[in-house]
Amino acid sequence: MKIVVLVKEVPDTWGERLLDLETGLADRVSSERVIDEIVERGLEFAISFAEKNDGTEVIALSMAPEEATGTLRKALAMGADRGVLIVDEALHGADITLTAQVLAAALEHIGFDLIVSGDQSTDGAGGVVPSAVAELLDIPQLPRLATVDLNEKEVTGAHVTDRITLSLSAPLPAMISVSERFAEPRFPNFKGIMAAKKKPFEVLGIAELGKNISVLDRPRSIMTEIAGKPPRESGVKVTADENSGRDLAEFLKKNQLI
Amino acid sequence: MNMSENSVSQEDFVEILGGLRQFIREKVMPLEREIAEGDAIPESLRSQAKDLGLFGYAIGQEWGGIGLDPVQEAELAIELGYTSLAFRSMFGTNNGIAGQVISGFGTDSQKETWLEGIASGDIVASFALTETGAGSNPSSMRTKAVTTKSGWSISGEKRYITNAPSADVFITFAKVTDDAGKSAVEVFIVPSNSPGVTVGPHDKKMGQAGAWTADVHFDEVAVTEDALVGGKFGVGYRAAMTSLAKGRITIAALAVGQAQRALDESLSYAAIAKQGDDIIGNFQLVQAMLADQQVGVSSGRSLVLDAARNYASGADTRIGPSVAKLYCTEMVGRVADLAVQIHGGAGYIRDYFVEQIYRDVRLLRLYEGTSEIQRLIIGSNLVKQELASN
Ligand SMILES: Cc1cc2nc3c(=O)[nH]c(=O)nc-3n(C[C@H](O)[C@H](O)[C@H](O)COP(=O)(O)OP(=O)(O)OC[C@H]3O[C@@H](n4cnc5c(N)ncnc54)[C@H](O)[C@@H]3O)c2cc1C
Repeated sequence: MKIVVLVKEVPDTWGERLLDLETGLADRVSSERVIDEIVERGLEFAISFAEKNDGTEVIALSMAPEEATGTLRKALAMGADRGVLIVDEALHGADITLTAQVLAAALEHIGFDLIVSGDQSTDGAGGVVPSAVAELLDIPQLPRLATVDLNEKEVTGAHVTDRITLSLSAPLPAMISVSERFAEPRFPNFKGIMAAKKKPFEVLGIAELGKNISVLDRPRSIMTEIAGKPPRESGVKVTADENSGRDLAEFLKKNQLI
Repeated sequence: MNMSENSVSQEDFVEILGGLRQFIREKVMPLEREIAEGDAIPESLRSQAKDLGLFGYAIGQEWGGIGLDPVQEAELAIELGYTSLAFRSMFGTNNGIAGQVISGFGTDSQKETWLEGIASGDIVASFALTETGAGSNPSSMRTKAVTTKSGWSISGEKRYITNAPSADVFITFAKVTDDAGKSAVEVFIVPSNSPGVTVGPHDKKMGQAGAWTADVHFDEVAVTEDALVGGKFGVGYRAAMTSLAKGRITIAALAVGQAQRALDESLSYAAIAKQGDDIIGNFQLVQAMLADQQVGVSSGRSLVLDAARNYASGADTRIGPSVAKLYCTEMVGRVADLAVQIHGGAGYIRDYFVEQIYRDVRLLRLYEGTSEIQRLIIGSNLVKQELASN
C-alpha cells in the first residue's frame, strides 16, 4: 500500500500572520513556518496505519519553496518513509488550480493507492485543492473525514459536520481529506527526529514530473483589491441586569450565531 | 564504538529540544493542576513521555536510548524544569544514577538484562542509598549483603526512595565485609519482585505531588552472584559517586528551569495585576524583584552549562557539579520566594503556579547531597588541589 500525504507548510497559527500587501501572498518571512496542523492529523492516520500494516509506504509530498525542506522533514520525523518536495521558480505565487495541477502530476509520478490531505489549510482556507487534485486524477474523493478505515481494496470513513454524519466509502485508488475532528497527531519522538535526516528526500522541479505544465501563458486568477486587516473594534458589552438575557439572545440572533 | 555514530548531532539536538519544549507547553503544562491535585502523573502522559524517548535520553543508543552528551542533557533538564518537577521525576531515576551505574559500570550481562527496558521505560529503576542515619554520610549505612552459596543475601531498610512504589528494580547500596574483615559499600541490582523486598506506603511530602517516595525494606533478599554491579568489588560505589556528580548538574539545570518559570509567571502577573490605576510591573520595587530574578536565572544558566562542558571534557568532574548544584538550588529558592512576593496574596494561593514552585524547589537543596554537603565537597577538594600543587 502506497499512501501519499499532501503536506502544506503554513505560518504558525500561534504567531501573527501577515499578507504582503504588494502581492497579496502570505508573508513567509514574518512568522515561523510549520506543517499545517490539519495535515499532521492526516499524517497521523497514514503513519499509524503503516505501523499496523507491514508493506505500507508513507510518502510526504509538498509543493513549496526550498526553505520548506525543514518542515517536510518533520513529517519524516513523525514517521513518514520518504519526502518529495516540488520546488520551481515558476511556481512562485501559484494559485489553487496550478497547485492542484502540479500536485496531480507529482502524484502520478510517484504512484499511489491512497492520497491523504487536510480538508482545508489554516492559512488560505480554500479547501478546494483536495477535490481539484482528485478531479484531475479522476479518482473518488471522501472529504472531511473524522474517522477513516482502510483495507487493500477500499477506504471508508465518517464525514461529520455540525448537521450531519455520513458514512462514505470508495474503492482504491482514492483521495481522502481529514477534518479537525480527526484524531490528535503524535509528537515526533527523539528517535524519529534523528532518523528523519537519514530518510530519502527528493527535490523535483516541474520539468521532472513528466507532464507539460504550462505556467505563465495567462493569469489564472487576478487579484483586484487587497487591504490590511481592519483594526479590532471593541466588542458589545451586555451588562448584567434584568434585560441581559434578552439582550444576549438578540445579539446572538443578529449575528446569526443561533 | 564510533562516537560520531552514537552521539546526537547539534542539528538534531536543536530539533529535539524544540520538540520537547512544544511537548511541555502543549501536553504537560495543561495537566499541572491535575498532577498536583491527583498526586499522580496521568497514565496517558506517562505513555507519551515514553514514546517521546524521555526514559532513556541519557542512556546510549546501543541500548535503545538517545545518548545525549552531558551538555545536551543539561539543556534538556533546563526545559524539563519548566513544568511540574514531578513530571521529570517519573523518568529521572532511569536516566539518573540507576541507569548510569549500569550503563557506565555494569557487566555485559547486566547491561543486556536491564538497559533496554530502562531506556524504553518498560522498566522503572530506583536507586536506594539513603537510610535513617545514613543520608549525608552513606558510609554509615547498615544495609548488609552477605555471601550465600548461590550469590548474596541483602538485609536493611532504605527511606525516601524516589519511584519505589512503581520500581521494577532497585539499584541498592549495601555493605559487604571481605574475607580480611574489611567492609565497603557495594551496589547490587535487586528486582523489586524478589521475595523479601517490601515497599512502604508513599510518603506525604511538602511538594512535588505526583512524584512518590517510600521506604524500602530488604529482608534477607536472595540475589544471584550476577547482581553485584560490575561483577567485582570496588566498582559499584565508585560508579555511584561518579553518577552522583553528573546528577548534580541535572538538579542544577532543573533549578534553572524552575527559576525561569517563576520569572515568567511573575512577569506575566506583573504586567496585568493592578493597584490603583497602575499595573504593579510599573512599580520600581517590583521591577527590582524581577531584575533580581533575571540575574539569578541568567547566572544559573551559564554556570550549569559551563559545569556540564567541564564535566564532559573531564576538566572538572567534582568541584564544578557541586558549585552548580549549590548555587542554582539556592538561587531558585530566592527566585521562587520573590515570585510569591510579586504575586502578593495570590502567591500564597494554590491557583497560582508560583505557590507550587515555592514548595517544589525546596527539595532541590536537600537531595543528591544537601547544600552543606556540596560546600564540603567544594571546600575539601579545593584544599586537596592546593596541597597537591605544593
Ligand atoms: C523527596 C525525596 C526524594 C529522595 N529520593 C531519594 C532516592 O531516590 N534515593 C535515595 O537514596 N535517597 C533519596 N532521598 C534522600 C536524600 O538524598 C537525603 O534525604 C539527603 O541526602 C539528606 O540526608 P538525610 O535526610 O539523612 O539528612 P541528614 O544527612 O541527617 O542531614 C540533616 C542536616 O545535617 C546536615 N549535615 C549532615 N551531615 C553533615 C556534615 N558532615 N557536615 C555539615 N552538615 C551536615 C545536612 O546538610 C542537613 O542540614 C530523597 C529525599 C527526599 C526528601
